[in-house]
Amino acid sequence: MQTDAMTRKNSIRLGRDIQSKIGLQLRAMYDDVVKEGVPDRFSELLSKLDERQNKDKDAG
Amino acid sequence: MGDVRTIRDELLAAVPSLRAFAISLCGHVDQADDLVQETLYRALAHIDSFQPGTNMPAWLFTILRNNFRSDYRKRRREVEDSDGKYTENLMTHPEQEGKVEFQELRAALKMLPADQREALVLVGASGFSYEEAAQICDCAVGTIKSRVNRARVRLAELLSVEYAGQFGPDHKTRAVLSAGGRS
Repeated sequence: MQTDAMTRKNSIRLGRDIQSKIGLQLRAMYDDVVKEGVPDRFSELLSKLDERQNKDKDAG
Repeated sequence: MGDVRTIRDELLAAVPSLRAFAISLCGHVDQADDLVQETLYRALAHIDSFQPGTNMPAWLFTILRNNFRSDYRKRRREVEDSDGKYTENLMTHPEQEGKVEFQELRAALKMLPADQREALVLVGASGFSYEEAAQICDCAVGTIKSRVNRARVRLAELLSVEYAGQFGPDHKTRAVLSAGGRS
């Protein structure tokens, strides 16, 4: 049989467990995307912009 | 020339975390990548307003966040979205939601108000300080703190049933089922 105090203690502990699990999962979810690195689309985009900038400089 | 190279390298280095932030905001990989691309364009167009030596990632996150906010508002006006159906569609393309293990969390995240979601992700996942997050979201530090707290409380409420019963082996099965019976 559980007293109110025990129930409260358990729910506080559960709250803490859940909070730390949410924190870990949030970071894991985020890092999962970070680990994908830079998709080609973006490195190509920036190279193109570089070229254009250089051309502008040569022309100007 | 040297400067251009450095800026390009800094932009490239920021891309992975910009994508992660964008996906957390809009829940949709394609839309997130468009958002990142637009952010890079704008950053280069306004590179003169960036002060060298200051926090480049925070500057880029600010641009992305403002971009997302204005796009989102625009789309909301364009599409009749009184019941949030459009937003929901944007955020629940199962094949683009990534790993099953994160689906419950993603589903819970999308139920948070946008300001709480961005605050929580910036502080809890991107690793920005409260001060940096406040700068990115253009609000007071205390506001960020209270948004992060409310987000945490709400997420815990939303996920407590899942997580409390989860310390058992059937978690993955239930996650797949709750993803809409794709299998």
